[in-house]
Amino acid sequence: MDAREDILTAIRDHGPAPRELPRVPDFHRDGGDLADLFTAALARLDGQAIPPPAAGLRQWLAATFPDATRICSAVPEVTGTITPDQFPDWAAPADVDVTVVRTPLGVAETGSILLTEKELGVNTIAVLAQHLVVLLDPADIVADVHLAYRHPSFRQAAYAVLLSGPSGSADIGGVTVHPAQGVTTLTAVLAPAPLQAPAPDRHPDERSTP
Amino acid sequence: MIPCYIDMFYPEVGVATLELLEKLGVEVDYPFDQTCCGQPMANSGAHKEAKATEELFIRNFARYDHIVAPSGSCVHHLRNKFTAAGDTPERGHVSAHVHDLPEFLCDVLQVEEFPWAEFPHQVTLHVSCSALRGLYEQAMSERPNDPWFSKPRSLLEKVKGLTLADFDRPDECCGFGGTFAVTDEAVSAAMGNDKLERLGATGARYVVSGDMSCLMHLQGCAHRDRDDFHFLHLAQVLNGGAG
Amino acid sequence: MKPVDQVRNSLGFLEDPTHEHAFDTLIWGLRERRDAAAREVPEWEDLRTLASRIKEHTLSHLADYLEQFEQRATANGARVHWARDAHEHNQIVYDILAAHGAKTLVKSKSMLTEECEMRPFMERRGITVTETDLGERIQQLDHQPPSHIVGPAFQKTTKDIAEEFHRVYGSDPDRADAVYLAHVMREHTRPLILAADAGMTGANFAVAETGAVVTVTNEGNADLSGNVPTLRICSVGIEKVIPGLAELAVFVRLLTRSATGERITQYTSHFAGPRVGAEMHVVLVDNGRTGRLADDRFWPSLKCIRCAACMNTCPVYRRSGGLSYGATYMGPIGLITMPSADVRRYRELPFSSTINGSCSNVCPVQIDIHEQIYAWREVMDDTGGFSATKKAAMKLAGALLSHPGAFRAAAEAGGTALRVLPHFAVYNRLNAWGRHRDVPEAPKETFHQWYARNRGKDGHDGRS
Repeated sequence: MDAREDILTAIRDHGPAPRELPRVPDFHRDGGDLADLFTAALARLDGQAIPPPAAGLRQWLAATFPDATRICSAVPEVTGTITPDQFPDWAAPADVDVTVVRTPLGVAETGSILLTEKELGVNTIAVLAQHLVVLLDPADIVADVHLAYRHPSFRQAAYAVLLSGPSGSADIGGVTVHPAQGVTTLTAVLAPAPLQAPAPDRHPDERSTP
Repeated sequence: MIPCYIDMFYPEVGVATLELLEKLGVEVDYPFDQTCCGQPMANSGAHKEAKATEELFIRNFARYDHIVAPSGSCVHHLRNKFTAAGDTPERGHVSAHVHDLPEFLCDVLQVEEFPWAEFPHQVTLHVSCSALRGLYEQAMSERPNDPWFSKPRSLLEKVKGLTLADFDRPDECCGFGGTFAVTDEAVSAAMGNDKLERLGATGARYVVSGDMSCLMHLQGCAHRDRDDFHFLHLAQVLNGGAG
Repeated sequence: MKPVDQVRNSLGFLEDPTHEHAFDTLIWGLRERRDAAAREVPEWEDLRTLASRIKEHTLSHLADYLEQFEQRATANGARVHWARDAHEHNQIVYDILAAHGAKTLVKSKSMLTEECEMRPFMERRGITVTETDLGERIQQLDHQPPSHIVGPAFQKTTKDIAEEFHRVYGSDPDRADAVYLAHVMREHTRPLILAADAGMTGANFAVAETGAVVTVTNEGNADLSGNVPTLRICSVGIEKVIPGLAELAVFVRLLTRSATGERITQYTSHFAGPRVGAEMHVVLVDNGRTGRLADDRFWPSLKCIRCAACMNTCPVYRRSGGLSYGATYMGPIGLITMPSADVRRYRELPFSSTINGSCSNVCPVQIDIHEQIYAWREVMDDTGGFSATKKAAMKLAGALLSHPGAFRAAAEAGGTALRVLPHFAVYNRLNAWGRHRDVPEAPKETFHQWYARNRGKDGHDGRS
């Protein structure tokens, strides 16, 4: 008999008596502004959530990451130096300073945002870059993890990650440090899609229209 | 029921328990042929060796409406384990009618006062793991959403002059654990010393518990390293004359 | 073969006050944070009950769920393999690597691969395995197994790690600073990840409904190991399967809160299928789990979701350092699972416990751990696990305590009465009790003698 048959037979021959699957109830919660709850939860793991920058996203990126030279943008609101489809392989995003991506889902309970290959194109742009900026429409924030798992992406995507803060570890003496192997900072910009910039968003190298 | 180690080492606790119950108007019998509840063998996995002892216990106690012992660990064994003897109605009766002293005082007698008792001292209360997680005599720290309650504490609060001090890691095990105290004696003593540090940090020097086994262990640790503690069983405080 | 002597192994750790104190403080801190997290969730106890019942249901229908998982994962484009034991697992993984000419493997944390001793198997065949979890890597570089299943290097102080990194990487031995040391690790490990031929993850959960393997990390190292190389392998214990996404939510809410007190980890990742043009292999592993499932008493231990809450609350574990158990799984969960793997080697483990019950209270899936520890002790007696000395001592105690006359005579002999007490009669090692504690003094008379003197044999002394 092969391993599969051996294992399945062993299980079926000797196992505990059948028990019913309990139904997971809805845990109704008191109100509370979901964006506020999301912001507080994300801060617990040292991420941050900010309102749409008044001066525009591009200005904010330049001011927040002044030394960044490689910006990977997966969103129409930002023109970076590279788009995901331009990477030759999935190790290449290691050179990226900042990745900008939009998420279809935020979770207030845990400060999490969802990313799949649909938003990322190349999965590693969200974990190999030094910094991650995520655009999140506050209308896309759900209250808790139970509601989050109803999102269709979990049934459709080959890869889905709930990100709840920048990469960290407490393995050394129990002290939390950032980063471990992943991104150093995670910023969620609470902006409806698409973000309306006060001025057309152009890369500094683009020529202005005459 | 008087546990074997109280019989041999702390007879004053047995005396205090008997006198307290009599003061409360209870008719108390002491079956003369009793020895032990069987716990020391059973906890070591030696169920066959516990059988005869447990059968003797049933013969001694099956006829009583209430079996009261000043020991959370014995009562936990008798109520929740006690399976070495055959499954008979008498065995079931014993398990269903055994009480730890705080349970008997709170739930059966519902005592409201101890007018003969006075204890003008600061006290730390150590609730044994058996009394806590075996008999549910107090809310457990692992379950922070449960409502707070404590049977032994509620009894001590009725004693004139007595004040209770709270300490860190309130329900961490003291390290006795039965044969563990001998088989793993270094860890056992380390746990006991840590417990004494936390009790002592409150400034209180009286340690009270419903379990002499824990106190015997803590007393052993204290006398070796620091001699300024006094250890008393709950029965001794409630019976009066201990302070 | 000699059983693991956890008591002797822990002595060295216990006698080192720096390490023991730091470890106990760190690990207890996790227990306190877990309490704070539970306090925030009014439905906490309901979640525990749900999680327990979901696991019990799943384990009682395990074959069906494994087939459903296999069917979905295969439809998603993954290749599913089955391994009866550690050797088969290691061989399957090696064969996949060899078929791709892969020589370097990066992996995220998997206790299953520790069970299977996968690293030495691969290294003997010329495959370099790099742990990407920070704690696992620290232990790997020091040739030590994990001391804790969530923080594998918790038994090391920051100073220990600074000295280790100096030996291995030439970094500054005097900078005992976690930020600096994590940076050193990142600098050395990142290139290995980027260049790796293959990546491996474990599985916290395997979702039957979607065919997804779920990993939970703070670092994102499973996302790196699983996404950077084009060849991805996931090692999954068969007990990790859960029915669907609705059930996954319950476990995700319980796991991290139980482990560290945070609501969730930074990366909760779901690998349902390979990326386009790449391969994903899932190896479903038995390695003794079907044997445990068949055990009427001990099968609930398979509910375990590897949160380590039981270790964090265990006062014995916190004073032993974790490595003293000589086992893949340590602390309370180790006490009830390792004897299934090797009842001779681990026959002493169930006695490294005071059976205080705290572990059962914190277990998110309501395994009755302390009661299983108690039950294992009886198994050890029945299977000849007791030494001749212990058997004799138990027989003596049992005989004495069932004969009132003999018991009284021994008790009233005075002075040496302590020997009679069954607790100490076990090993007749009075000197063991007395090594760190004073021995209680025998009183003038026993309670029995007092009663006889004051109340008479039949309970009356003339009073009505």
